[in-house]
Amino acid sequence: MATRLIRRRELCEDSWQGLADDAAAAPAGDLLLSLPQWQSRRAEWLARAEGRLAVRLAPADDPAALREDLPRLAMIAVDFPAFTDGRGFSTARLLRERLGWTGELRAVGDVFRDQLFYLSRVGFDAFLLRAGEDAEAARASLDSFSEVYQSAVDQPLPLFRRRLA
Amino acid sequence: MYFYDDIDQRIVDERVAQFRDQTARYLAGQLSEEDFRPLRLQNGLYIQRHAPMLRVAIPYGVLSSRQLRTLAHIARRYDRGFGHFSTRQNIQFNWPKLEDVPQILAELASVQMHAIQTSGNCIRNTTTDHFAGVAHDEVIDPRPYCELIRQWSTFHPEFAHLPRKFKIAVNGALSDRAATRVHDIGVDLLRDADGAIGYRIIVGGGLGRTPMIGQVIREHLAEADLLSYLEAILRVYNRFGRRDNKYKARIKILVKERSAQAFRADVEAEWAHLRGGPSTLVPEELARIRERIACHSYHPGPAVNAAVESRRAHDAGFRRWLERNVSGHKVSGYACVTLSLKSTGAAPGDLSDAAMDAVADLADRHGFGELRISHEQNVILPDVPLADLGTVHDAALALGLAHPNIGLITNIISCPGGDYCSLANARSIPVAQALQERFDDLDYQYDIGELDLNISGCMNACGHHHVGHIGILGVDKHGEEFYQVTIGGSQAAPAALGRVIGPSLRQDEVPDAVERMITRYLALRDSEAERFVDVVQRVGIEPFKETVYGNSTHPQA
Repeated sequence: MATRLIRRRELCEDSWQGLADDAAAAPAGDLLLSLPQWQSRRAEWLARAEGRLAVRLAPADDPAALREDLPRLAMIAVDFPAFTDGRGFSTARLLRERLGWTGELRAVGDVFRDQLFYLSRVGFDAFLLRAGEDAEAARASLDSFSEVYQSAVDQPLPLFRRRLA
Repeated sequence: MYFYDDIDQRIVDERVAQFRDQTARYLAGQLSEEDFRPLRLQNGLYIQRHAPMLRVAIPYGVLSSRQLRTLAHIARRYDRGFGHFSTRQNIQFNWPKLEDVPQILAELASVQMHAIQTSGNCIRNTTTDHFAGVAHDEVIDPRPYCELIRQWSTFHPEFAHLPRKFKIAVNGALSDRAATRVHDIGVDLLRDADGAIGYRIIVGGGLGRTPMIGQVIREHLAEADLLSYLEAILRVYNRFGRRDNKYKARIKILVKERSAQAFRADVEAEWAHLRGGPSTLVPEELARIRERIACHSYHPGPAVNAAVESRRAHDAGFRRWLERNVSGHKVSGYACVTLSLKSTGAAPGDLSDAAMDAVADLADRHGFGELRISHEQNVILPDVPLADLGTVHDAALALGLAHPNIGLITNIISCPGGDYCSLANARSIPVAQALQERFDDLDYQYDIGELDLNISGCMNACGHHHVGHIGILGVDKHGEEFYQVTIGGSQAAPAALGRVIGPSLRQDEVPDAVERMITRYLALRDSEAERFVDVVQRVGIEPFKETVYGNSTHPQA
């Protein structure tokens, strides 16, 4: 399968596995859980001997729910079931700017090149492209604009503060 | 207007390149219609009844003569020789070809214009008083604050996919010509007791399907805190606004469902984190913007011009034009002239390419090469020396733009309606034209006095029918066009929404119904000073309902 993951501007392979809601046992290796899965079986996940843990937030999930667990997570994914649902953009900023998440923040779901510039501005550093996307072109789109007006995660200083310099 | 620096220019140039690429991929079948749709909408491009419609931003209604000439050129070269000024102080072209749009955007960028966020579920073009910076009753010039909001909202990465469109209006004058009470956010500029500039923040107003008057959520916000506070409001809306039903997705529904108090508490809690952060304004930036909003060198003169007064005394047409289409300027010796795009038979808000060029010439000869677009869909020459009023009147008359009807019943606000818009339930322009013909007699119009008549072709309310003293709304009844009439709306403070007088009418019944109501009003008013809307507010809608429908629910023959 063609590479669909861009992480820190590099094309790479995805190692994370999800878990079906009715699955009794989790697969070995890196495990990506929905917030309800994480919360309902938290002790079980934390007792795992091997494999890293990540949580996938749905648009309506409050990122503050992960506040205490951030040190235990290796990655946080934010799901965009449709790219026109913009809640995940605020979720990302809250994770980065309010909760202090510095690990991998990955956009998943209806993710394609025309969204990547905005996604990278609000703090995403990884993008799992939907099927059929040209990953090289998507990576290039991260440079669509060379300057921005407002404060965001990638550039906390708004242009009007930098214009003073 | 605000003059771009190199960075502003680079940003719009890069947008042109981005959209050129997106359009090419769409035309090559590499980008689906579904994916392209939100991208083109955020560039003001709709697919309409006849062709794409391109909406070009005129930030807060201010443009230069050079920009207007470019709009004329675009109308001539890429369209059918005219443009339509909208109630959002923008201009719309109804016939461009999709493949030409990237080139049109490049032409716009060459004169510091764009179509960014003129549509789509994002922060739209900020609007303000069409007399901003020149109004005689202005307390604080809103333009620098509008420009701050323009820059902050342009490509805001967090707020590009809101639940629904988002409109901000700013007012800095004693009378509210910006309609801050019927916007998603209204910003009233004010001074506190110590003379410091601040803002009153109003949220949750809007027209459309569920019209509402906005609520004040903050009586006073310090000048430096504007952007961080807007960001807090937008974040609360982006996270919690309804996305399950597009008709309940505007911020007004969130404010209503949560209550203004609860919404305010959410915003304040969010703002507690953002307050004092990097988005806090610095005085240098406001100074920089003020400098780039050209400061014209006025030569103040006497407030009365003898030649104008002499002609006023013996030329009735000129006198009427002075009364209706000329308004006060903050600098003595100057006036603001409104060119009426509402002459009888014209589609409200339409202007031909040749007329645009001629108007640009007028702005150069009798001003500082600057123009304004009003939400009433007229064009304003904002800085006319009093001594030039006679010449400007004659030139406007020759262009068919001197109809002395500003504020009167035939200064109709109208959306393009079903002739152009694919959302419309009914046509608007023929109704506007029929009413203009019915009330064409100027003496009659003057006798009626101030009256805002607004027409929308559907409940999206682009023609602001709810706040018309008389509002007309196109509705679809079993595939036929009908019109619902409301009365008693008002855009001016205190803003009010009109009330429906009864069952909707056929198109040919509308002029009769309006005329009956006018006749009734003239009989009911206690003096010429009591306007139609005042009478409705005093006596209610019953007498008007009765005169239109008689005692039955059917219109009289």
